Amino acid sequence: MDTVFGINPVALFGQLLVGLINGSFYALLSLGLAIIFGLLRIINFAQGALYMMGAFFAWLGLEYLGINYWWALLIVPPVVGLIGILIERFLIRPIAHEDHLYSLLLTFGVALVLQGVFNHLFGSSGKPYSIPESLQGVVNLGFMYLPIYRGWIIVISLLVCFGTWWAIEKTKLGAYLRAGTENARLLQAFGINVPLMVTLTFGFGVALAGLAGVLAAPIYSVSPDMGANILIVVFAIVVIGGMGSIGGAILTGIGMGVIEGLTKYFYPEASNTIIFMVMVVVLLIKPAGLFGKEA
Amino acid sequence: MEMLKSNKFNIVLLALALVIPLAVYPVFLMKVLCFGLFAAAFNLMLGFVGMLSFGHAAFLAMGGYVTGYLMSNAGLTPEIGILCGTFASAVLGYLFGNLSVKREGIYFAMVTLALSQLLFFFFLQAPFTEGENGLQGIPRGHLFGLIDLNHNLSMYYFVLAVFLLGFWLIYRTIHSPFGQVLKAIRENEPRAISLGYNVRQYKLMAFVISAALSGLAGSTKALVFQLESLTDAHWHMSGEVVLMTLVGGMGTIFGPLVGAAVVVGIENFFSGGELGTYIHIIMGLIFIVCVLAFRSGIVGEFNKFVKNNF
Repeated sequence: MDTVFGINPVALFGQLLVGLINGSFYALLSLGLAIIFGLLRIINFAQGALYMMGAFFAWLGLEYLGINYWWALLIVPPVVGLIGILIERFLIRPIAHEDHLYSLLLTFGVALVLQGVFNHLFGSSGKPYSIPESLQGVVNLGFMYLPIYRGWIIVISLLVCFGTWWAIEKTKLGAYLRAGTENARLLQAFGINVPLMVTLTFGFGVALAGLAGVLAAPIYSVSPDMGANILIVVFAIVVIGGMGSIGGAILTGIGMGVIEGLTKYFYPEASNTIIFMVMVVVLLIKPAGLFGKEA
Repeated sequence: MEMLKSNKFNIVLLALALVIPLAVYPVFLMKVLCFGLFAAAFNLMLGFVGMLSFGHAAFLAMGGYVTGYLMSNAGLTPEIGILCGTFASAVLGYLFGNLSVKREGIYFAMVTLALSQLLFFFFLQAPFTEGENGLQGIPRGHLFGLIDLNHNLSMYYFVLAVFLLGFWLIYRTIHSPFGQVLKAIRENEPRAISLGYNVRQYKLMAFVISAALSGLAGSTKALVFQLESLTDAHWHMSGEVVLMTLVGGMGTIFGPLVGAAVVVGIENFFSGGELGTYIHIIMGLIFIVCVLAFRSGIVGEFNKFVKNNF
């Protein structure tokens, strides 16, 4: 294998690509968390479990109902979003006026139940989900071979992330949302149905996790604890980026994925922990996070 | 409330603790005591300062691993081994506390969770932890070089002594001027700051005490089971201690112990056999029910009942 300055470009680009893909998932999940946090001031601990459900629904659909990948991509996110809406409406809203730590504990309980149910029904082993035929194969980029499905993940998640960013920052609906983030009661006084908006926002944030789950099904093995492991990393990313801005959540997610990928190449022993270490450094230098506003 | 403070009540409890191993399997009791101390240390932060740590498993595991390693390899007596584990957790608590008290509320929970996950991967990869197998066959040794702890009954009384010491320290902390400042921070942090208290320093102090006592619980537990594994460092464990405190009653003195007994009891009932896979579902459901309808916990509701009816 050719090396340049002791660096093997094929392996390096390979890890960079893996990093970009992980980063895409981090971005989708932390974006969902940030949107929900903006309005409800809670962190949804069940986000990881809902991501896992997205992947499981895709697998179940293919296995038992013959729903292919493309239909799963369309159907599963709204279904997961609907489950999120039920959780918000019947579990979170009754305690919305209490300390937000209670909502955090509640969503943690929901995560345990969901993970436990899937573990009970399907066992803890990973389920294979094959890449749809039209996205199989590789493209030669000159300096490396890019598996088409991996390129597809990066493209679709970037589109969804920046579409969401645009909708929140540039449209009228997004303006309502931002106004609700600033002062929900005042917005309601202007005649906006804020509780409905909160529910729909929660549903949308959760649907993003469902979408990430469907995208993940063909490349990660579908298993009940896939969500919990990624969620803790996403929490660290949220601390690094701060919840100040939607764009910040996206950029930090992708950036951390890339850093993780580079670590896998240069010092693989630390690849599990690098994001947590970055978090430590950020806490030492800029406690509010890179894009954080509050002190 | 008055009833729980009276000396008579405490003496009855102590007498019960002394004779109960004649009726109940001592290893189960020791497990309850260790987790009771762990939850009480956790409750010092959640119940009395209002800080929700989601990474307390780190301190339990740190104590357990340090004690387990030293007992297996350095031939220490158990009391020195446990002191070393406790000290290691205190140092870790100082490091993690310094980083995490910079953030509040939900961010604090996320930072502690991420830091404990960092430690989990460290324990997974470090050469002295035996990875997935964990430290096995940790010797219990002879207390002060004299009393053989391999007998479960003598071990039980030793664990009871450790528990009472830890519990007493927590009780003293809560009822000291320092503890009053902690409660003031819980009730109204800006006010405490404006009164001139260095709130961050107080929070850090509470964090270190809580971490040290969690380490004490972990060290003792490692000796009881003669095993220290990654289970103790996993985020499930951090969630479990939150659940124990919530079920028993956060901010109460005896709540964490009651909660630990309930959770350990449920786990023992479900572990092994066909019911094993239900355990996380049950735990999650208890979480949801507690948060929705039962926020004061068992001891909290009991106190309310006593207050209203007597």
